[in-house]
Amino acid sequence: MKHTIAVIVENKSGVLTRIAGLFSRRSFNIDSLSVGATDNPDYSRMTITVQGDKDVLEQVIKQLSKLINVIRVSELAPAESVERELAVIKVSADRESRSEIMQIVNIFRAKIIDVSAKSMIIEATGDEEKIDAIIQLLRQFGIKELARTGKVAMVRGPRVVKA
Amino acid sequence: MSKTKMTGAQAVLESLKREGVDVVFGLPGGVLLPLYDAIYQSDLRHILVRHEQGAAHMADGYARATGKVGVCLATSGPGATNLVTGIANAYMDSVPMVAITGQVNTWLIGKDAFQEADITGITLPITKHNYLLRSAREISRVFREAFYIAHSGRPGPVLIDLPRDVTVEEVEFTWPEVNLPGYHPSFKVHEMQIKKAAKLLMDAERPVIYVGGGVKYADAHRELFDLATKINAPVTTTLMGVGCFPEDHPLSLGMLGMHGTKYANYSIQESDLILAVGARFDDRVTGKIASFAPRAKIVHIDVDPAEIGKNVRVDIPVVGDARNALAALAKEVVPKPRSAWNEKIEAWKKDHPLRYIPDINIIKPQFVIEKLCELAPDAIITTEVGQNQMWAAQFFVHKDPRKFISSGGLGTMGYGFPAAIGAKMGCPECEVIDIAGDGSFLMNSQELATAVVNDIPVKVAILNNGCLGMVRQWQELFFEKRYSATILGRTSPDFVKLAEAYGAVGLRATRPSEVEPVIRAALAADRPTIMDFIINPAEKVSPMVPAGATLSEILDLEWCDEANTSHLEKIYSDARKEILGSEGYI
Repeated sequence: MKHTIAVIVENKSGVLTRIAGLFSRRSFNIDSLSVGATDNPDYSRMTITVQGDKDVLEQVIKQLSKLINVIRVSELAPAESVERELAVIKVSADRESRSEIMQIVNIFRAKIIDVSAKSMIIEATGDEEKIDAIIQLLRQFGIKELARTGKVAMVRGPRVVKA
Repeated sequence: MSKTKMTGAQAVLESLKREGVDVVFGLPGGVLLPLYDAIYQSDLRHILVRHEQGAAHMADGYARATGKVGVCLATSGPGATNLVTGIANAYMDSVPMVAITGQVNTWLIGKDAFQEADITGITLPITKHNYLLRSAREISRVFREAFYIAHSGRPGPVLIDLPRDVTVEEVEFTWPEVNLPGYHPSFKVHEMQIKKAAKLLMDAERPVIYVGGGVKYADAHRELFDLATKINAPVTTTLMGVGCFPEDHPLSLGMLGMHGTKYANYSIQESDLILAVGARFDDRVTGKIASFAPRAKIVHIDVDPAEIGKNVRVDIPVVGDARNALAALAKEVVPKPRSAWNEKIEAWKKDHPLRYIPDINIIKPQFVIEKLCELAPDAIITTEVGQNQMWAAQFFVHKDPRKFISSGGLGTMGYGFPAAIGAKMGCPECEVIDIAGDGSFLMNSQELATAVVNDIPVKVAILNNGCLGMVRQWQELFFEKRYSATILGRTSPDFVKLAEAYGAVGLRATRPSEVEPVIRAALAADRPTIMDFIINPAEKVSPMVPAGATLSEILDLEWCDEANTSHLEKIYSDARKEILGSEGYI
């Protein structure tokens, strides 16, 4: 089972290594990890997706909480949170296929951010399933390159996860 | 806050002084020259070791004996990597320690400079936290944080990597308060959880209190005693918890697990409630985890929330300091009289005592331990790892939580001797005895020089069986006596001559009748002393739960295969006669 957790960490060098090291040492499986600044320059926020049952999730949260540079760890239950991921996808596109690709892009409310004679780059945002779906549909044209950010997530409503 | 200008090196020493450090164990090197120059001009006691691993274990032994933070110091590169085993050892056993390593100049970091090693990277998974300093302005804050992290909550080692240029940089010394937004060790316990735990304890018919090193670190042995005696609950300890409950008390079950007592293991398996305190359900303790204590509810008290539910399912978790928790529990429960459960355990104790087969011709290791206990009952005992460690845990009657010092989690051979030196530095008024094997002792025997030169009169009792005994025991039992790479022989070294070469006292006993005189002579000596006890090489640690078996499937192994004794003795004999033959032992 997949779980999404938000981790607020001190914005210091080596913190990512500590977290990655913890996951490998304790044999926890990371599906995705994204990290970026928060509103407070002293802290960064990571969104980590892990595989495992309830006991594994509990251990992940407890072990992360033990790291001195980790300020807060919180599970983001799927029903109570919004999740987004961004993907940029370079597909083969010539005169014949270009319009069909543009239709797909419109349906998914994605964007074309680069065009050349033989390729297009598409920017897609959405939850994991949506990104998977557009990739699946674009595959028929030939995906030349794919970059995904990994998931970011936030609890719905007024509750906040911050330091 | 006073402000004084000083160098980074002086700021390190000022920080150590403010943290109450009275001794550091270390060995200098190129990048540490400025720091050692400052040490030279200070009144900090520095013990020069002969190998950095020794420094780490000495700091560890000092910390375990005193409860204070132990400090070791090593230079960059190989000095730092030589500390690694000692740091890992302290991490596994939750020992408060600060390890200071030198590092190359900041502008050389990452350039593969001479004696450069990424020691913060290397020690990431074996420290509670670590720091790489970039400026002398960070020194006082980082040292203060490091000591706080090392000893608070669940203790552990913290490493500070100190680049050379940071130690010569001028800095205004300040002493800022600790401010760690991500570190809040639980101290108080949840009242509701205590009430629930107390109810389970009162309702239980067959309770067992299972105690680990956490009770030692929290100084909770008095509270444990009060609780156990108030409700007549039997107490078993892990290797790390040995001494937390007096073993001569009727409620003591001794140690549990692989080489624990039969009655401790039977009690656990039959119990209907286990109160685990500061213990972590290690595989050497639980045996086969699926069949561990099948009928028991489990209350788990631990200061580290991550330990609760890690290995076994827990019914009542109690996060917090063991001393607070046990004191609260003792207050909450009402006295319980002795019960049928106590009687049952009493019968098990009578039927299945720890035992060995005495011999009048050949020294039995258990006999040596019993004699040591008789002649030095209040000594601090450190151990090496293997058979010597198990016999020391089993046959010495432990009564004081800080007087049994052993490498539990990592199982580091070569730990006991330097740990003894550290313990003696911390408790100079105590007799300190390292119970060793001939294999383990050689792994850090160079520290004999440290002990002699610094006049630290520790005693070493080598149970010399000429082999790597614990592995040999497994080969005898599970690998049809194929002694692959476990035979050391008794020809080299001659431990008496080795001791003398270092300026220590060397004594040897080859017959049971010589054991007591040798121990008496060693205890009377005011110098470091080695006792070389030539023991039966075929002796096994008994009883034993085979790896992967359930605790109740514990086997008696006190028999000695006589053919095995002669087989091993024959392997040793010829060359031995050349060296020791004139003494004609055995």
